[in-house]
Amino acid sequence: MAVREIAGKPIEFDDEGFMVNPDDWTPEIAKVLAREEGIEELTDRHWKVIEFCRADFKARGEPPTLRRITKAGGIPTKELFKLFPKGPAKKVARIAGLGKPQGCV
Amino acid sequence: MAEEKNRHIAFICSKGDLDMALPALIMGWAALGNGVDVTIFFTFWGLDIINKKRVDHLEIAPVANTSFKFSLMGLPTGNLGIPQWMGALPGMTAFATAFLKKKIADLDVPPVREYLQMLVDGGAKLYACKMTVDMMGLTMDDFVEGVEGIVTASDFIDMTEGAQIIFI
Repeated sequence: MAVREIAGKPIEFDDEGFMVNPDDWTPEIAKVLAREEGIEELTDRHWKVIEFCRADFKARGEPPTLRRITKAGGIPTKELFKLFPKGPAKKVARIAGLGKPQGCV
Repeated sequence: MAEEKNRHIAFICSKGDLDMALPALIMGWAALGNGVDVTIFFTFWGLDIINKKRVDHLEIAPVANTSFKFSLMGLPTGNLGIPQWMGALPGMTAFATAFLKKKIADLDVPPVREYLQMLVDGGAKLYACKMTVDMMGLTMDDFVEGVEGIVTASDFIDMTEGAQIIFI
């Protein structure tokens, strides 16, 4: 557990770098976390993924898995891997301020 | 400064039963999601997984399968296995296959054909074993879209230098 100040707010992170409290998240924080994950700028398509994940988490209580993002979120697999290269699974969850996805698909 | 080589996992799929087709697909997808490069080499019975005519028809037979027990179907029978003579009755393989498919679908796991497409879209490289291809008289036309090519064992050894290799 570590607390860092991001975009002016103290944010708690777990040992794997996921935000502990999804409610602490703001789009500004997303931008900072994205840069840490190697994504310099978040485009509309990035935001579509992030917003879907947060909405899905709110509706179902768990962070969506990659397949759910592609199926229910309507973002093609190829695009998802292009938007969040080198491992979208954890990257998306971190940037969206959610915990680690628990599913295997 | 030398560029650090990305982690690479290679799966060898040698079986064509439904239960043995899934591990590489599931772990391969998880690896891609975590930023790991994935290679899947299909050999022998594993070619059924990427064969256009077989991919939707992979089966599991309860005969000679000591793990497929009554308790899998929710019955309180402990370790009681399905008798071999029962497993050999006409229809039992179809039943066991349908049953397993439903269990898998209930977990939102996609069918094999869709899984392969996901893996290809996620950047996994799929290859067919040349020896098996020759033995079974197959060509690239027999395979689902996304299979990179037909390679020899030597090619496989070359392309997996430094990779973690998992044989299924």
